[in-house]
Amino acid sequence: MDRRDPTLIRPSEITSPELYLNRREVIGALGAAATIAALGTGPGSAAAAAAPPAPRFTRNARFSVGGPPTSVEDVTSYNNFYEFGLDKSDPKANSGSFRPRPWSVEIAGEAEVLGRFTLEDILKPHALEERVYRFRCVEAWSMVVPWMGFPLGDLLKRFKPTAKAKYVEFTTLLDPKQMPGQRSAILDWPYVEGLRIDEAMNPLALMVVGLYGQWLPNQNGAPLRLMVPWKYGFKSIKSIVRIRFTERQPRSSWNLSAPGEYGFYANVNPAVDHPRWSQAKERRVGGGFFEPRIDTLPFNGYAAEVAQLYRGMDLKRFY
Amino acid sequence: MPDRYRLIYRPLLLLAVALPLGWLTARGLEVLGPGLGANPVRETLHLTGKTALNLLLLTLLVSPLREWFRSPLLLRTRRILGVAAFAYALLHFAIYAALELGLDFGDLGRELARRPYITLGFAALLALAPLAATSTDRMMRRLGRRWAALHKLVYPAAIMAAWHFHWQVKAGVAEPLLYWAALALLLGWRAWRAWRRRSSGLTSKSAPATARGRT
Repeated sequence: MDRRDPTLIRPSEITSPELYLNRREVIGALGAAATIAALGTGPGSAAAAAAPPAPRFTRNARFSVGGPPTSVEDVTSYNNFYEFGLDKSDPKANSGSFRPRPWSVEIAGEAEVLGRFTLEDILKPHALEERVYRFRCVEAWSMVVPWMGFPLGDLLKRFKPTAKAKYVEFTTLLDPKQMPGQRSAILDWPYVEGLRIDEAMNPLALMVVGLYGQWLPNQNGAPLRLMVPWKYGFKSIKSIVRIRFTERQPRSSWNLSAPGEYGFYANVNPAVDHPRWSQAKERRVGGGFFEPRIDTLPFNGYAAEVAQLYRGMDLKRFY
Repeated sequence: MPDRYRLIYRPLLLLAVALPLGWLTARGLEVLGPGLGANPVRETLHLTGKTALNLLLLTLLVSPLREWFRSPLLLRTRRILGVAAFAYALLHFAIYAALELGLDFGDLGRELARRPYITLGFAALLALAPLAATSTDRMMRRLGRRWAALHKLVYPAAIMAAWHFHWQVKAGVAEPLLYWAALALLLGWRAWRAWRRRSSGLTSKSAPATARGRT
């Protein structure tokens, strides 16, 4: 085909605008489905035996950022999940035998509805939606990830938190047999995190059960994890087994480990550096060797949605 | 046997110190291994930095081994190891400045001033630079006794390099502690030997060999 002569292009050669605009998603979703399907297959795989069929979901465009998401390969092979080891490749390498089903979540603290709920009970009333969020690690790298889940606030309201419920605390599974990283005292296990109740109720706070249209792979925090996109990644706790409503601000694992470096709020903030490194820029994962870093945005680009939560607060002090 | 050194040991050693760079390049070009992963710049920084630190510790291992085996051949390996350690440290810094910071010298200045672990790493590199520059036979002869004094800089350089490594770790100090232990052994041996020599009031048997640098 001679590209200089437009008359030589036949209509059948033209890609429809919709397909063109979605081309990365189409390709990405195909790759994602194949990759994630491959994760759970093979004889003796507990996940294959117990995992329900691929979830149905709708896309929430209002809460999605534009641009191409990070490849499913990078999202599922480069992350921190110290329960499975310190290297970025460890979660994928060491979580193969982790069993995310059956699963249950204990609801405790300042709420009317308390007790232990199966994962199915937790998920049942919620319609799943896909949201493409920016993800910013405190280590100054970032991704764009199509998560699948439902608003955290919708879940929390079901337990009828009382007036004393000022905070929500989340706890990760403690099981050194399944989580080899917990055999060394890297952090004070189990991992705990927390949000102020108004942060938790913000519509951006997402309870995540999947990514790239599939159930969460073990290494990404199966079967249930948090995603608070305006905060550094460590706030988005994985493999949650307990949700507790509290009157006092809960302790969080990284804050306990290094209080001078990791605060309770941990909002993404280019103006407040980590004591050991700058937070002004970030490296977008998957960009390649010569790709320059990009500027980090206040609240990771979600200031319009969440900045009012922190009005009047000194964000240098409450980092 | 100098010929054997020139024909066999030296090429082998040069090949060995070039291996990490070869491995890195092969991975970068995805000829071998899994590629450099999702964050190739960080991976390259880690690999070059760790290689520099490992080579620096190996350099410090030469003197104890030389006394142990009483082989002058070993001393000649020290230069290659030391210069290679500097070369990897320089590459590490160049990648940091060029690919991590995008050659933004304002950023570089701020990072050097504000981040103690960056400052330490840079100081280690600066301490190694004159050692690499004076590693030739000619410079050794020219500097004479001062050469040995100058090359004592390798001790603070190694301490700063290990500290630089330790300081950037987020959690899990097992690996930095291993490096500290190795460094403590290597420097402790030297301290112990110096103390013993002083307290016995004798010059060491190996004293003649130290014309090329008492380490």
